[in-house]
Amino acid sequence: MDQRLFVKGNEAVAMGALAAGCRYYFGYPITPQSDIPEYMARELPPLGGTFIQAESEIGAINMLLGASACGVRAMTSSSSPGISLKQEGLSYMAGSELPGLVVNICRSGPGLGGIDASQADYFQAVKGGGHGGYHLIVLAPHSVQEMYDLAMLAFDLSDQYRIPAMLLGDSVIGQMKEALTPHARPQVTLPAKDWAVEGKGTRSAQRIVKSLYLGDGELEAHNWKLHRRYELLREHEARWEALDVEDAELIVTAFGVTARIAKSAVRMARAAGLKVGMIRPITLFPFPGAAFAEATRNAKKVLCFELNTGQMVEDVRLSVARDADVYFYGRPPGAGSLPTPEELYAQIAAYCRRSA
Amino acid sequence: MNLDVFIAGYGGQGVLLLGNLLACASIREGRNVSYFPAYGVEKRGGAATCTVVISDAEVGSPVVGRPQAAILLNQASVEKYFERIRPGGFALINSSLMEAPAPACAQVEVLAIAMNEVALEVGDARLVNMVAAGAWAKKTGAVQLSSLEQALREVLPERNHRFIPLNVEAMKRGAAFVTS
Repeated sequence: MDQRLFVKGNEAVAMGALAAGCRYYFGYPITPQSDIPEYMARELPPLGGTFIQAESEIGAINMLLGASACGVRAMTSSSSPGISLKQEGLSYMAGSELPGLVVNICRSGPGLGGIDASQADYFQAVKGGGHGGYHLIVLAPHSVQEMYDLAMLAFDLSDQYRIPAMLLGDSVIGQMKEALTPHARPQVTLPAKDWAVEGKGTRSAQRIVKSLYLGDGELEAHNWKLHRRYELLREHEARWEALDVEDAELIVTAFGVTARIAKSAVRMARAAGLKVGMIRPITLFPFPGAAFAEATRNAKKVLCFELNTGQMVEDVRLSVARDADVYFYGRPPGAGSLPTPEELYAQIAAYCRRSA
Repeated sequence: MNLDVFIAGYGGQGVLLLGNLLACASIREGRNVSYFPAYGVEKRGGAATCTVVISDAEVGSPVVGRPQAAILLNQASVEKYFERIRPGGFALINSSLMEAPAPACAQVEVLAIAMNEVALEVGDARLVNMVAAGAWAKKTGAVQLSSLEQALREVLPERNHRFIPLNVEAMKRGAAFVTS
């Protein structure tokens, strides 16, 4: 298993899902994620799995809901406009406490937009893009290896908490190729799916998967139950990567492909003698707020880079120490508008010089 | 080692295959690599670019603003990208498709090879990218020709494996232009 493969990000996420035991895929093609259904269409049938190209994104998400209700590991994938179409189904899955994986290889918007890498779906992903005040577990890979690893983790967290998981990538991470070391799924103990509708058998009680609660006080109790799970996630499952934060006077933060570019910029800054560290959120929900609170006890400057006009920066501002100064630098996507490490380094250097 | 190379040409010249090949061979030599293709609405005959970053450590940005080396396979690419090369860097230019002499720059070492002619001599105009691969590998010392040959088995579909000897010959011809 330890041979390094040379793999595209989109293929890595599909490989990770299969290694995690996913055997059902429902989707509809859209650029730049179509390698995922293509891979699944080829690889699932020989594994005894099922691939369905649905009639639409809405069809696909509801097929995922149905499969998940039966207790199997299943997924769908799409790209920004297609993910918008899935929002109703996601809200129903959240309300019905159904796990499942949704991959969003983001492209630029709003509307039809373009196919460039974008991070403008952050709000939609972490704040609940559909109705009803729910959350998804949202993971943001920044490498091909993480596309594989986090696909596995997404299934486990999703099953553990009975919350749908979203893997939020972008067209750079989806289309780029890197070395990937495949590995077996980590051994984790997950709760039995004693809610799955798999036939009544000899049981006396019927199982029902639903999001409709009409009884007196039922819906409020249901919402408090969901809320407690989101709190548990915040407490136990926030994940991030920290680089050189111990002596940092300035903390850079970014996720996904922007974090890759920022890492190079941070290395350039360190080489120039600037005391710069970095926090890269790996889970966007739950947001690793504690990491920012801790780091900004000393470092009073935070610089947030995003491929949009400012979305994650709001969660950063809510997390930092009260007297920390948060500065944002971002660019909305458009043809050729990916920032370079040199460009981000210039921002870091200028912000370091600025008095708070 | 921390090397990057930006490759540009027009669609059909094998820009993406060349990037794939350099990346795959470098991985087989135990390094970390990112291969980032330009992914857009380009049509056949339009522009094609990709960036390969090779490192002994973790690869940072797959996007490079000012590359260390560039392989520029046509006039339009030279016009658009030559000036982005870092001072002290290296440009490998396909002089077959240059209407004017290859640009001279005191801070960038230029190696101009008439790649189309070389490819035709070897036997097929489509071998331009392999001539470039050989010259780049020899010049940078980043990968062995034998690794590139091995990588061809991975990046080419099985039906094209019969062309591997011809590709290897083109790489050798490219490498021969580099005098150490």
